[in-house]
Amino acid sequence: MTEQRVAASRDGRGSWNSRDDVLSVEGVSVRLGGREVLHDVRFAIQPGEFVGLIGSNGAGKTTLLRVILGLLPVGGKIRFAGTGIGYVPQQIHLDPDMPLRARDLVGLGLDGHRLGIPLPSRSRRKLVDEMLRAVDAEHIGGARVGNLSGGEQQRILIAHALISRPGLLLLDEPLANLDIASEQEVVALLARIAREQRIAVLISAHEVNPLLPVMDRIVYMAAGRAASGPTDEVIRGEVLSKLYGHHVDVIRVHGRVLVVAGRGDGLDIPVRHHADTAIADDADTA
Amino acid sequence: MRAVLEPGFFDSAPVRVALLVGGVVAVVSGIVGTFTVVRGQSYAGHALADISVTGGSGSFLIGISPLWGFAGTSVVAAGIMDMIGVRRPRGRDLATGIVRGAGLGLAALFLYWDTTHTSTTGATITILFGSMFAIDTSVIGVVAAFSLAAVGIVAVLYRPLLLSSASTDLAVVRGVRVRIAGVLCLISIALAVSLSALTIGAILSTALLVGPAATAVRLTSRPGLALIWSALIGLAATWLGILLSFDSYYWPPARRGWPVSFFVVALILIFYLLAQARRGRDGKRQCSPGS
Repeated sequence: MTEQRVAASRDGRGSWNSRDDVLSVEGVSVRLGGREVLHDVRFAIQPGEFVGLIGSNGAGKTTLLRVILGLLPVGGKIRFAGTGIGYVPQQIHLDPDMPLRARDLVGLGLDGHRLGIPLPSRSRRKLVDEMLRAVDAEHIGGARVGNLSGGEQQRILIAHALISRPGLLLLDEPLANLDIASEQEVVALLARIAREQRIAVLISAHEVNPLLPVMDRIVYMAAGRAASGPTDEVIRGEVLSKLYGHHVDVIRVHGRVLVVAGRGDGLDIPVRHHADTAIADDADTA
Repeated sequence: MRAVLEPGFFDSAPVRVALLVGGVVAVVSGIVGTFTVVRGQSYAGHALADISVTGGSGSFLIGISPLWGFAGTSVVAAGIMDMIGVRRPRGRDLATGIVRGAGLGLAALFLYWDTTHTSTTGATITILFGSMFAIDTSVIGVVAAFSLAAVGIVAVLYRPLLLSSASTDLAVVRGVRVRIAGVLCLISIALAVSLSALTIGAILSTALLVGPAATAVRLTSRPGLALIWSALIGLAATWLGILLSFDSYYWPPARRGWPVSFFVVALILIFYLLAQARRGRDGKRQCSPGS
């Protein structure tokens, strides 16, 4: 069954979408400026699943997230269970002077699209407090968003995304600008939220290792193509070699993985699907 | 020593009109200005004010109130600026610059005609530096309508505008129609600068738009409170400016009077510097303001 999923996700055949998927991406292709940024990407996410979207810069992760969010037009099919999506962008750049407190931004996750001036509401206030607590950010609720550190801002954005109780949480490279300690905290926080609130998480990252302990499934991307399935079945030499279009070895050390390109004999002959310079760097993803 | 209030202040009809219209305009500018500052559209506001000169100077040629001219050109300019790309930051600056340049070119022509072809001496001063004490009472209804429209737009779009200033993507994902919200906000800014062009002049109207708001965002981290502070600062600067200008006719040595626009803008600057100084002093212990 799981083998089938891996195969199906790569060759584009097979219909394995079950009814209770919170998200199913079916044969999504995207061309931007004449270049194919996504090619026949397909995978599905079940409720409460923690899914890593792994690939280096230029692999198509951000494009895929933007397509799922409806920020870019879709070629292919994307289906939702209708439970709502929360989105955490990589980073927002706010002037430190902007009069917007962390708790204001969290509250806007609930009713930012509503018209009119909000009346003070005790239940809204309680919900915001609850969300701040859920991301361990009660102490920074009154601080200006523009003054928060990268890790603090990340928590507030997560609370902003979660307050509307979505069934699926999408995060665009939330670990990119964090130090190692905050990185581990954010991963642990997300894993806890996914488990306790049964929210499916799709998190993009260029490093697979920080997510290894918590990932249920992986969507591995290279040059616009994706291989998906249980982590152990995707992070394998033959699967990744086929995805990259040239030989790749997967080395496991102390519970971590290294993806290494080439055969080490200087005679590596790439068999790429199509010319794309991004592939060359992808192979170094460790 | 003379009293602070020189004799006849409240008895003067022009002063009463100035206090009323100037006060309303200051409050509108303060509120709309907060969104201008928060959305980083000060330059767009500045350009819309400049472009209002075109309509203001044109209105003298055809004999209508300059308020219609100010608002007409700046609202149209807001639409054009949106069409040619105010959404991307770089496109925004270019679009703003192009529209502004074209508008000011026309203004040069109209002002030239105003001064050479018509008998309206002082048109240039009125347009550029305002006419707080010479407001035609027949425009009070229009002032009220424009004020309601400008404040109404930002009040209705309060949350969508706030969220899209934090992040356009977050707003879109929440279902905000950012394009429409952006155009409406620009129109609101255009109306606000047109109103202040009437009172303190087209050149100075951005001072009333941006100054109080820039001061307010330093005083509070709450968005709602920033709106209130900004409106109050604009109102205080305007009313004090009117008072000082009135008094200045009694000031030695010349007893000639100082223009009200000068006082308003000077007071806005003083408030800003005071807020800046206060923030500088508090800066070190302001690390974690309570919620």
